[in-house]
Amino acid sequence: MTTHSENVLEVCDLRTHFRTDDGIVKAVDGVSFSVKRGETLGIVGESGSGKSVTCLSAMQLVPRPPAFHPSGEIHFGDTNLLSLPEYEIEKLRGKRLAMIFQDPLTSLNPYLTIARQLTEVLEVHQGDTPTVARRTSIEMLERVGIPDAAERIDQHPHQFSGGMRQRVMIAMALLCGPEVLFADEPTTALDVTIQAQILELIKDLQTAIGTAVVLVTHDLGVVAGTTDRVAVMYAGKIVEEGTTAEVFANPQHPYTRGLLESMPRIDTPIQKSLYAIPGLPPDLGNLPTGCSFHPRCELATDQCRKTYPDRKTLSSTHRAACWEVEATE
Amino acid sequence: MNTPGKPDTPLLDVSDLAVQFRVPGRGGIFYRDSTDVKAVNGVSFSMARGETLGLVGESGCGKSTTGRAVLQLLRPTGGRVVFDDEPIHEFWKKKGQKWVWDHRLLDLRRRMQMIFQDPFASLNPRMTVETILSEPLRNFDVVQGAEQREKIQHLLMTVGMDPRCMRRYPHEFSGGQRQRIGIARALALGPDFIVADEPISALDVSIQAQIMNLLSELRENLGLTLLFIAHDLAAIRHVSDRIAVMYLGQIVELADAQTIVDRPQHPYTQALLSAVPIPDPTQEQSRRRTVLSGEMPSPIHPPSGCPFHTRCPLSEERCRSDVPRMRTIETGHQVACHLVE
Repeated sequence: MTTHSENVLEVCDLRTHFRTDDGIVKAVDGVSFSVKRGETLGIVGESGSGKSVTCLSAMQLVPRPPAFHPSGEIHFGDTNLLSLPEYEIEKLRGKRLAMIFQDPLTSLNPYLTIARQLTEVLEVHQGDTPTVARRTSIEMLERVGIPDAAERIDQHPHQFSGGMRQRVMIAMALLCGPEVLFADEPTTALDVTIQAQILELIKDLQTAIGTAVVLVTHDLGVVAGTTDRVAVMYAGKIVEEGTTAEVFANPQHPYTRGLLESMPRIDTPIQKSLYAIPGLPPDLGNLPTGCSFHPRCELATDQCRKTYPDRKTLSSTHRAACWEVEATE
Repeated sequence: MNTPGKPDTPLLDVSDLAVQFRVPGRGGIFYRDSTDVKAVNGVSFSMARGETLGLVGESGCGKSTTGRAVLQLLRPTGGRVVFDDEPIHEFWKKKGQKWVWDHRLLDLRRRMQMIFQDPFASLNPRMTVETILSEPLRNFDVVQGAEQREKIQHLLMTVGMDPRCMRRYPHEFSGGQRQRIGIARALALGPDFIVADEPISALDVSIQAQIMNLLSELRENLGLTLLFIAHDLAAIRHVSDRIAVMYLGQIVELADAQTIVDRPQHPYTQALLSAVPIPDPTQEQSRRRTVLSGEMPSPIHPPSGCPFHTRCPLSEERCRSDVPRMRTIETGHQVACHLVE
């Protein structure tokens, strides 16, 4: 399995379904993508599109049951993460694979000092002594821009502001120099001026450490500024993917085009009314037949209502799953 | 619409508005020591009839408190709020220890309404859509019986919903639909002034555009005057005629929407604008970005002088000592900064 040497992470036909009282909910339904060393991949979508569950599945953080994987492989180095037993995954999680979450207040333990939460990572994964672990932790906090790190390390999470807590989360995630970092809406809970600081920080550290970043967000503006490639998700599937430049300059899927047009922008003249994608995102337990987007799509034909479209290749890097798109190669 | 006043006077005139909260001091809530937090500190603006004013700022800057104090949902601790030539900040009476509205303010509720941020928390889960929408109608004795039902159906159609859904409960609707119900409730009494506090920030991207379009439409068709509060500068520019930028309880810049974007004068407005992401990779790469250092100071311990000087890349000696006043630098463009000519 070393044919994909350049890719640190390769996800093939991942399906994560949930058994619920109302039937099976297909949160992730046949997602494939790969991430290269040092690259940033953006995953964009609305709530319920399956973007977070995709990351959680890769980290093996989805509780099984109720979740199960009808298909899928996640290749990380020589291993398939989905077939690893829990104790093997634990060795990777926090060391070679790391994740930062949207809400830094609920993802830090309020009872423990920052020191305890950071040094634990180093003691468990690298067998560092408490003294070494503490020194490394303080260095990391300084690197993510926390002033007076040597004193603040002994404080509790509630003594930090939202932006500072997110910095602590980033410090914790990067302590062991992971190969892949999943960032699930890392700036959504933050103000724009703080968002700019945090995105800059992630970018700088990524260059320094060489980590591949999977950035999950609903904000196309954030994607445009920080990612190399982008995958657009809708109802559990990737509907379009390509380099960030390609997708923004030449969006092909009607959903991607709709999302881009519906965003108010500060750099264009004010239009009388914004384009709005009609209708509502689908219910994942009761997906429409054919292409899931067809009830909201202005181009939908009978074919779209019956069968899910194949992925059409537009360039070596750009693909879109839509019947109305003409393949170029 | 019930707009008895003269059309040439502003509908709303706010001057030197202040709201203070008392918070427990260092000892915690069991100790007597307490400090006053100036959440809103000397805010002045006026709104013409039919105008939309956008109030933008980061969390904790006092924009929501301003909205609530304008509606008298909070009693202002200083300044004046004049609505249609009436000083509504005086429409309070003391009942024992507490301040309550007097009858004049209750009557004004017909004309001033609010749309809330969270469509999940602002609708009572035990009430059907019909009960939710009939409440204001009953409270003000507007219509009854069959007529009331007709009115509710009409309201639902105004906000783009199927009138048959009136027997359903809030949990049966998506976020965007709930926000529509919240808007219908605000419109029930036929108000001429509405405060919309972050009405789209809890919604999905594709739904935000739907709600923004609805608000613009309603505003045009019903002649509403709208105070639109949001943290998203791109969205606020889209719906507003003028924009006021707030920082730490004060308005630092006020101008028409296009001017704020094209020629921002206050360093904070400039930084805020440069932090707004643009969905275009080529522009994002070539943009010169002012990344502000640090965070907004706590209003419990505000800095001396200009509230922004702790993060301002241009701050000078006088910024640390003197509070800059709002000055008009061109017609309709006001800035509070020492360094702007």
